[in-house]
Amino acid sequence: MKDSKHLRPPKAGFSRRDFLKGSGAAAAATAIGEGVSGAVAAEAGSSVVGPGPVSIALNVNGQRRSATVEPRTTLLEVLRYQFDLTGAKPISEDGSSGGSTVLLDGKPVSASTVLALEAVGREVRTVEGLHGDPVPAAFVANDGQQCGFCTPGFVVAVRAFLDKHPSASEAEIRAGLNGNICRCGTYANIIQAVLDVVKGGSDG
Amino acid sequence: MKAFRYASPRVEDEAVDLLEDRWGASELLAGGTDLVGLMKKMVVTPELVVSVNRIDSMRGITADSTGVTIGAGTHLDELLDSPLMDDYPAVKQAIRNIDSLQLQSQSTVGGELCQRPRCWYFRNGYGLLADQGRHVVEGENQYHAIFGNSGPAKFVSASRLAPVLMALGAEIRVVGPSPGDETTMPLEFFYRIPRNERQRETSLEPRQMITHIRLPADAERSCAVYEVRRGAGPADPLAAAAAHCRLRDGVVEAARIYLGQVAPTPWNVEEAARWLVGRTLDERTAREAGEIAVARATPLSKNAYKVQLARVSVERALRLVAGLDCGGF
Ligand code: FES
Repeated sequence: MKDSKHLRPPKAGFSRRDFLKGSGAAAAATAIGEGVSGAVAAEAGSSVVGPGPVSIALNVNGQRRSATVEPRTTLLEVLRYQFDLTGAKPISEDGSSGGSTVLLDGKPVSASTVLALEAVGREVRTVEGLHGDPVPAAFVANDGQQCGFCTPGFVVAVRAFLDKHPSASEAEIRAGLNGNICRCGTYANIIQAVLDVVKGGSDG
Repeated sequence: MKAFRYASPRVEDEAVDLLEDRWGASELLAGGTDLVGLMKKMVVTPELVVSVNRIDSMRGITADSTGVTIGAGTHLDELLDSPLMDDYPAVKQAIRNIDSLQLQSQSTVGGELCQRPRCWYFRNGYGLLADQGRHVVEGENQYHAIFGNSGPAKFVSASRLAPVLMALGAEIRVVGPSPGDETTMPLEFFYRIPRNERQRETSLEPRQMITHIRLPADAERSCAVYEVRRGAGPADPLAAAAAHCRLRDGVVEAARIYLGQVAPTPWNVEEAARWLVGRTLDERTAREAGEIAVARATPLSKNAYKVQLARVSVERALRLVAGLDCGGF
């Protein structure tokens, strides 16, 4: 394709140089979202922030975490590269794979298409926060993965789906999980894992 | 992604005030399902992103005897779950067709209506019209328009809600271009076919935005949607139709039919709708209306198959309106 060089996005997030430049100024950076559990800090409203770094606080898996982001930083980038929560995967840039699924205020979203600033004041739950949940256990018991790359996204999506449809049928499960793609084609085992959870039989 | 400034205003006027008066200099952010991907690919490179997600007046659904009003920032799954939308089962069906939990809970109604075309030339940086349409005409046009494609725009409107909302007679409330300005218009007037790269797919100005969608009360009408899709999965449909009829003893008193995914805007197939008036809606008239709907299609070199799919969409949507099975799956 002509011009394809110009169409390549620069590395998402900030470059090392920008970051170093930015961290020097971090003390002066606008603070957003003081008091994560409460409403978003009022100053986040009208004021325009960026394009440089901004200090924010996020509520992730019940913990308050601080981060320094640019407006263009996605929630997925913060989770993976600042909080070391590498469950959610950068599979598709536009969210079409479902690989970066996390729960935002309990609802499934693609963290790859949510700006980190948009998650301020909201509750983020990642696959790491589902420790002890019957869904991942059922995936293990049913061999619901091959390479495992899609698995965290699937696990979170299944959790969200079952929260809404705790006694779903197989057809409903198949339709409900359409937003997630498994390149290895482990669908049969994934469906079986979900059916097990529905039946309350996740003995994994 | 190119670096940008970001604002998250609390009131509509503040958002209007922040927007730039040149397309592309600023972008509105709602769910992000479309915009963030476009920014990553540098197809859009705004200097300022204005988030509407903290504007409370644009959230939620209210109803009175004359209809429902939906905030543009309301998420699709909220419509799906709202009893206030029970009178509009076709809208719920259109949302269910989107078939991705993530898209349903992340996308907003306004964002769904404003999503940019899926045209792969556009999405790979060749511009909205891809060299005034030349790339499409000579190139890979199997998913492009079969109606409204005589000008440079050959892409198809991607919204899956617009056809059904238009069939139901939806109106939108728009604010801007100056703070305090507001207008109401039929959703149909929102879409227009761009003639050059300085224009967009809508009739709005850069400093305007949709705040609400209004649906009239829907007591004695029947509405249905049908999409032709490539099996399961979140891929876009190949053709879609929404039909809305007022029936008396099976006879059509009034009808509106809109096609999706076949033209640069949702496409009003007036001839077919007019032909139905006064006729009994049954298998035969549904089929014939489908044929009338596509009689004036102008397919490109590789998408003649879409004419057939559009015909079938109309036929099946009408069968559903008549209470028949759709005749397919
Ligand atoms: S297990 Fe490999 S992509 Fe799903």
